[in-house]
Amino acid sequence: MHASTPAVTTSAATTAVPKRVPPDPAWKSVLECATLEVFEMMAATRLTPYVPPAPAQHVQSVARTKKQSGLTAMVGMAGVLCGITTIHCSSDTAIRLASKMAGDEAAKDPNIVNDALGELCNMVAGNFKAKISSLADHCMLSVSTVITGENYALQSAEPSESLNIQLAFEGSQIRVSLITQS
Amino acid sequence: MRKLKILIVDDSAVMRKIIERALRQAGLDLGEVREASNGAEALVEVQKGSLDIILSDINMPVMDGLEFLKTLPTIPAAKGVPVIMITTEGSEARVVEALSAGAKGYLRKPFTPEQVKERVGPLLAGVP
Repeated sequence: MHASTPAVTTSAATTAVPKRVPPDPAWKSVLECATLEVFEMMAATRLTPYVPPAPAQHVQSVARTKKQSGLTAMVGMAGVLCGITTIHCSSDTAIRLASKMAGDEAAKDPNIVNDALGELCNMVAGNFKAKISSLADHCMLSVSTVITGENYALQSAEPSESLNIQLAFEGSQIRVSLITQS
Repeated sequence: MRKLKILIVDDSAVMRKIIERALRQAGLDLGEVREASNGAEALVEVQKGSLDIILSDINMPVMDGLEFLKTLPTIPAAKGVPVIMITTEGSEARVVEALSAGAKGYLRKPFTPEQVKERVGPLLAGVP
């Protein structure tokens, strides 16, 4: 497993940060809307609701998934909201997304694949916070980081809440999460 | 209008490709497309001259877009070349800072080719 930082979205907070904004369950639909917009505009892809495989196929699907490495892109958020936005998908899915964004030839380069997923995560986080007026000016985004590998889990050091959405890209699952520290 | 000479500044190679594609989809007739992955590299490209427009990300390593923007007036070849800033940040303060530093406009990611045309088109009206 390794991590890379293909895209950068740092910025310095120059003003006093107001008090924390508590996460709102209604943000789930905002996160989904932000994700759909980013994928449609920047990857020319219309994501659809994810339908899990039927139980009989599920066993085979799980077996296949275990052999396949995945990618998780993460962008940190700090200010009135602290946490991370993540996008997780299989390596195959990430390659196909990179191909949509940068072309088939470019998507053969693993750095481009990481770059593409990192940028998507960056834009989802940015688009999400831009849609919530209390966050737009008081929540900064970090550098994006992409983790590749298998059998890994993300765990917050502090108590956290998460909003999770599952969407499908050409039938393959894409998980988008907003994990906020309370 | 002759073919345009542009400079795209973004630390993401994927984003540079997307910006170029969006400009073409917006109907702009691109000639020379130069790329830079940060502000310092961009300054080198600007010094070579002959640019019609610059599109630059704000958040980049080495030299960010705002520092690049503030350094541009020291380069004679940059005189009169409009700069559009492209950002993921929804922060009004960053946009205001960019416009105060001389940017002629900004685009927020994600964007559509129509939005690119809306922002970039008017700035190219004087290109022969």
